[in-house]
Amino acid sequence: MSDIAIRVEKLGKRYRIGGAQTSYKTLRDSLISAASAPVRWLKAQRHEKYTFWALQDISFEIKQGEAVGIIGRNGAGKSTLLKILSRITKPTTGRVDLYGRVGSLLEVGTGFHPELTGRDNIFLNGAILGMSRQDIMRKFDEIIAFAEIDKFLDTPVKYYSSGMYVRLAFAVAAHLDPEILVVDEVLAVGDAQFQRKCLGKMGNAAQDGRTVLFVSHNMGAVSQLCSRAIVLKKGKINLDCDTSSAISDYLSEIAGTNHAVEYPIEPNRDIQINSMFISLLDGTVVGTCKHNQPFCVNIKYTFRNWKLGSYICLDVYNELDSRILWSSDTKSVQEMMNPRNPGTYQARITIPANVLSPGMYFFTVANYGPGQMKAYEVKERAISVDIEDGGTLLSNFGIKWHAATTIQLEWEVKQVSP
Amino acid sequence: MVNTLMLQSEKGQKAHIVIEPSHSWLRLDLGDLWRYRELLFFLAWRDIKVRYKQTLLGATWAVIQPLLTMIIFSVIFGQLAGLPSEGIPYPVFTYTALLPWQLFAFALTQSSNSLVGSQNLVSKVYFPKLVIPIASVVPGLVDFFISFLVLMGLMAFYGIPLTARLLALPALLLLALMTAMAVGLWLSALNVEYRDVRIVVPFLTQFWMYATPIAYSGTIIPEKWRLLYALNPLTGVVEGFRWALLGKSEGTGVMIWVSTAIVVLLLASGLIYFKHMEDTFADVI
Repeated sequence: MSDIAIRVEKLGKRYRIGGAQTSYKTLRDSLISAASAPVRWLKAQRHEKYTFWALQDISFEIKQGEAVGIIGRNGAGKSTLLKILSRITKPTTGRVDLYGRVGSLLEVGTGFHPELTGRDNIFLNGAILGMSRQDIMRKFDEIIAFAEIDKFLDTPVKYYSSGMYVRLAFAVAAHLDPEILVVDEVLAVGDAQFQRKCLGKMGNAAQDGRTVLFVSHNMGAVSQLCSRAIVLKKGKINLDCDTSSAISDYLSEIAGTNHAVEYPIEPNRDIQINSMFISLLDGTVVGTCKHNQPFCVNIKYTFRNWKLGSYICLDVYNELDSRILWSSDTKSVQEMMNPRNPGTYQARITIPANVLSPGMYFFTVANYGPGQMKAYEVKERAISVDIEDGGTLLSNFGIKWHAATTIQLEWEVKQVSP
Repeated sequence: MVNTLMLQSEKGQKAHIVIEPSHSWLRLDLGDLWRYRELLFFLAWRDIKVRYKQTLLGATWAVIQPLLTMIIFSVIFGQLAGLPSEGIPYPVFTYTALLPWQLFAFALTQSSNSLVGSQNLVSKVYFPKLVIPIASVVPGLVDFFISFLVLMGLMAFYGIPLTARLLALPALLLLALMTAMAVGLWLSALNVEYRDVRIVVPFLTQFWMYATPIAYSGTIIPEKWRLLYALNPLTGVVEGFRWALLGKSEGTGVMIWVSTAIVVLLLASGLIYFKHMEDTFADVI
């Protein structure tokens, strides 16, 4: 019992949403409406129609020292769950037991005041996050070193670059040292190098026996940090398992596991994507494929009114939501300028054998126009393919291929001494 | 053996927090407020530091505001309208009343708007929300002390001696702050759901100012209305200030006790209402 850090039982949160708003036409209307507002409000209190459950029947336990990711689409209830666990809002039903001090980080730099100096803001923000003044003073040097802002310590933060601002804010939060750390999508800020540093800091927290609960849309970060993940869907737990299964469940949910899609014809569009499917070289439509076997992505599109510089491109994402490949139907600026006759085109893109490693892949197709690189049409993760291990060296030992691609590299080996 | 014992005691110390739906009306939990006293300090310190940042005149504003009001009142009410000031020079008569009034008006306005003005804190971090309206009042005290020094100068100028009655000032100050807090708690909590409050507050303070004997003396109110008049707690405070500083012969008498009773009642109900609404602040704000 004592090694449980978080226990959530049958948690539910209901929100009230206002009734349908009608626009006020005249002063008289609005006065009548204002007069009847209290009545409407009372009705809404009782009426189920005006409420919705952001979370329903959530139960799980997290052990001390465990790092758990919470993933799900927007509106799945992730933020509501974190807000309840951070005691910002109360649940409607159920109960949560937290064993240990909780530090929650739902936003970086909460309470920062632009007029105050970096030094002042460290103390202010620390106090807001629940640190005592002594704690802050003890960790002051560490915080500054982590944030790399020592030269600007006595400058008001309104003169900081956004990067410096974020670094300082995260540095304070990172030195909170709670027993249970609750983190929302805060890593979406700062440059890549700093993101890595933050992730490392959180990883250390987990290794030190702290419990970490981490919400993110960045699947790479979740898989790096967490061994277990909970997938939320429409306010309920969809899956609670090891991270990699949870991530592929989530991604297949957002992608659908389509191997072929067709879109209705929209005659008003200048350029339109009509259909996409995965096939083998011989044209057989498939959903799975071996890693050492080439396969094709087939895209049909229509140019009704070609605009100068527009082209079609393909993105390939892996399970961790990293873009592995990018390709387009034009290879040079010169080609991009070549006008195309109105009509429907069928493109076949062959992905060679030994490129994609075993796992799920998702394909996004978009057509881009000239100018600001603006996409006219994006079919996000429209189709997917499951690449199976067709017999790698590692598979003989039951090990999953652990690199992003399976490209075979040439080893020139010769003996240079006896 | 020793190790396991230590481990157990460590585990025993581990904080256990239970989160449940809120049920009860009466749950003040002031202990939590005490645990967060440092945050209260830092928020107040921030407000003080920032208050006169990027202004040309800085803290001089704390003096200019009551001084200007005093001059306007002296000209209009003292000279033109010729309101009686019980034999005390009108400028110092009205300035003495303006000090607690400005503190009160500042505290009332700031606390009423405090929660809405700290939206990001309320919706992103946990702490007892009472900290916010309480901290918002503190910068008013700083202004008060600065303008109090000016009052000392005025009194010296007019040759009004200080007496032992001065010792009553802290109690009167507390009463003014409690009144502001009482109304501020109600309004700040209401403001979260109904932004009408933001519009009402300026009217309320203006109306309240004329219902308080600042520009005039409380003695011009007919005897039979005095008790009703004392329902305004600021009457007791302002008359008390004049009694303590200017040596007005007539004490505040029963008025101050009526005022105190009203304030205690308002403050208690405000606290209860605030704590009751606290759980929904983050959802509604």
